[in-house]
Amino acid sequence: MRYLKYFIIIIILFNFTVVNAQNKNLESKITKNLRCLICQGQSIYNSDSEFAISVKLLVKKKLNEDFSEKEIYSFLRDKYGEWILYDPQFNKNTYFLWLLPILMFLIGGAIIFKIFIIKKN
Amino acid sequence: MITVFFLILFFIFYKGLKNSNIYTPNLSIKKDIPIFEAKLFDSDNFISSKKIFKENKFYIMNIWASWCSPCRLEHPFLLELNNQKNIEIIGINYKDKIENAKKFLKEFKSPYELIISDKDGLISIEWGAYGVPETFLIHNGKILKKYVGPLDINSLSEIKRFIK
Amino acid sequence: MSEKYLIFGATGSIGSSLAEQLVNSGNSVHLVGRNENETKSISEKLGCTFTIADVLEDGFIEKVKNDISDIKGVAYCVGSIDLKPLRMVNESVFNHSHTTKPIFYKISGTWGNHEGSLLLWLLVLTLFIFLFLIKSREQKKNYRILTLLFQQVIIIGFFIFIIQTSNPFNYIFPVPSEGLGLNPILQDPALAIHPPILYLGYVGSSIIFSSTLAATSLNYISIKWARHIKKWVLLSWIFLTLGILLGSIWAYYELGWGGFWFWDPVENVSLMPWLALTILLHCILILERKLIFTSWVIILSISTFTLSMSGTFLVRSGILNSVHTFANDPQRGLYILIFLFCLIFISLFIFFFFHRIEEKKYNFFLLSKETSILINNWFMMYFLTVILIGTIYPIFLEVINSEKISVGPPFFNKLIIPFLIPFLIFMAIGPKLSWVKSDLNDKIYLFIFLIISFLLSALIIKNFDVNFLTNTILVTSAFYLFFITLRDFLIKRFSNISQNIAHFGFSLLILSILLNNIFSTEVITNLKIGETFQSEKIKIKFEGIEKKSIDNYETIIGIFGITNSNGENEILKPELRIYNQPNIVTSEADIKTNIFTDKFITMNLVQNQDYFNVRYQIKPFMIWIWISTLLISFGGTISLFRRKNEN
Repeated sequence: MRYLKYFIIIIILFNFTVVNAQNKNLESKITKNLRCLICQGQSIYNSDSEFAISVKLLVKKKLNEDFSEKEIYSFLRDKYGEWILYDPQFNKNTYFLWLLPILMFLIGGAIIFKIFIIKKN
Repeated sequence: MITVFFLILFFIFYKGLKNSNIYTPNLSIKKDIPIFEAKLFDSDNFISSKKIFKENKFYIMNIWASWCSPCRLEHPFLLELNNQKNIEIIGINYKDKIENAKKFLKEFKSPYELIISDKDGLISIEWGAYGVPETFLIHNGKILKKYVGPLDINSLSEIKRFIK
Repeated sequence: MSEKYLIFGATGSIGSSLAEQLVNSGNSVHLVGRNENETKSISEKLGCTFTIADVLEDGFIEKVKNDISDIKGVAYCVGSIDLKPLRMVNESVFNHSHTTKPIFYKISGTWGNHEGSLLLWLLVLTLFIFLFLIKSREQKKNYRILTLLFQQVIIIGFFIFIIQTSNPFNYIFPVPSEGLGLNPILQDPALAIHPPILYLGYVGSSIIFSSTLAATSLNYISIKWARHIKKWVLLSWIFLTLGILLGSIWAYYELGWGGFWFWDPVENVSLMPWLALTILLHCILILERKLIFTSWVIILSISTFTLSMSGTFLVRSGILNSVHTFANDPQRGLYILIFLFCLIFISLFIFFFFHRIEEKKYNFFLLSKETSILINNWFMMYFLTVILIGTIYPIFLEVINSEKISVGPPFFNKLIIPFLIPFLIFMAIGPKLSWVKSDLNDKIYLFIFLIISFLLSALIIKNFDVNFLTNTILVTSAFYLFFITLRDFLIKRFSNISQNIAHFGFSLLILSILLNNIFSTEVITNLKIGETFQSEKIKIKFEGIEKKSIDNYETIIGIFGITNSNGENEILKPELRIYNQPNIVTSEADIKTNIFTDKFITMNLVQNQDYFNVRYQIKPFMIWIWISTLLISFGGTISLFRRKNEN
């Protein structure tokens, strides 16, 4: 009985694959990673400001000209500064940003580990 | 220890409060002018950026559109700058309908030596602009100063000081 | 034109003599009286102008104003009547309301702005202090009093804040003829009830904060206390969950890009207290049985409320840039900042001077429920740290280095998603372990399920050219948790049902979010009326537009016929609304929901073009994200109302 239920779920999931359409392309990945300077809380992808429309066009054009994702980022960073990228680069300004959470994770792990060591003693 | 940590935290937030939360790209960066090719406003010919800007001369590069109301505000200042010697004003017509733009120029007089048309906003991006109006002061192939938003009395006198 | 003295009640004895004297000394007067004949005769005698008006009738001022423009002075000589005050209007109402706005939004508009929302915040604070008073009778008296004291400190702090920086009862005069209106994107049912629910969650944590401080200073932390505080933790956790859910739903259909979570600072500051509360909830489960981790529980209780307060600070001060900015004012920010740090220092003081750490020898076993909760804490704390650092790091960098950076979705995804995999697996196995010590010999099914989940995920993912390995592992862990909790649900039924429902809800949530992310597809195109977009999978026909005029806005409805690859046809009608007050154009998505997918369409105007920008998205399992979140809070609700302690 139980396995029948799982079976039904699996069947449903497979039927669902029909809905699938095109693959998410690089373009939307890039525009999601760019921040709009007009509506400053939104990404270029989400925004409909004039600026965002132009940048979307630019990304499309650059991709057609065989620019890589990184080249497009550095092009825009050069024009508008680091701020436009939602994914901050790993450099001297962002060491702490990237490493501090990991460090905290390790410290937490060490504390839990210590509890077991104490138990053994 | 922890107290010190929180005091530092307090201090940083306190300082942070004073900073503006709106980002504007750095305004006075001595950057090279971008290289691009653009369609002229009143013909179908294309022009390369290298042909527009000559050495030893000051240029004002102004991004405008007929649908942008702050552009009307700054227009008198542009006309005044046009009367100055030693300076040329180049216009970039941003995402505009040709007829509207022509009407605009007819109504308010054109301060521009040359207008290039930026139908899809890509040339403005080359310049690192993100809205209309924006104005750049150019000398010897370098951007001396960038003004976001309409020009006013202060920016006008600043530009005059630069070109003297 | 000469200026005149205006005399109300000119027919009375004082009024008429005053008028006579003024005229005799060379001034000109204007009389206002109720009785036409009498006023007329006096004015004829004195040779001056007059108006017939009754001060009790509406619009009498307008009537007088019509007859006289400039006045030098006013004499009010009306006899014994009830004085009617000059009409005044609340400033906040003027700024955020409008007469054509539907009544529902006139009400919700009260908390749709900074001043009003703080008033709501205060209301909830006082409501909670009252609830605490009547619900804590069986607790020790000292403890109750001290809790109320700490709670009052918080209330007073907010009182001063409201009065000093954002008084919602300011009046403006002269009376404007019309209000400025509420921002249209806030005119929405989900957002109307979102703030009250969310505040119940935020503010609920203040009771946890004050009662923990009280219990610490009285050394009252006990199993009895843990059971009592657990209810409060649950209560605010449930409301916070629902509040975040409402906010996401609103963002999904109102912001017009089909997402429900953007790692925006405002979203982050609501997620941080939620995570802290969730950790606290799990710790209290241990505390109410074993009385261990007391220090940890105290720290968590303090940080939960501190995080809610920092959230308020970050949002209200405008220190961060977000889609949902309130009107910001650094002075407000400074006040909350000082208040926040006062609370932090008070709690630090109490923690270090009153809390006696009892070194209780307690044996932990590797395979026990305590350990699994510890591990759960460990991961959740990590997620919390990532969000906290990601949110405030830009502020730090700007102050220290004056460089501005953005920390957005890619950062959070990169640091959170890899850790989600072990987290989900621990979450599946953890509840299987019993308290103190257990072994896993008879639990072969745990392993079998892992294999089933992996095969299933691999089968689903391989049909799509997305990153195969990471997605498969991720979906595997989500399926694993899903199957295990589903099995518990079906087999165990009523033992520990609240935990089962909440965990099942969580697994469903993660699974729906993952599948939604992987399988979402979209078409962005520019269409003129009558044009058709065609690809191999889909056909979108822009059939036309309709115009309508409703209460406080006009709307342009686009009619789109959408045909999918099976030939099924559907009509979707997104809107562009042009609101009259304030004059703002908003784009309203049209969403067709069924149990498998959402079809989502928006259209937008493009400057100086005659086409519309159309965005069509197919978003699978959207509704399950909402349902699963409801399940999570439902699990909490059951636990809240269960009398008996769970095993």
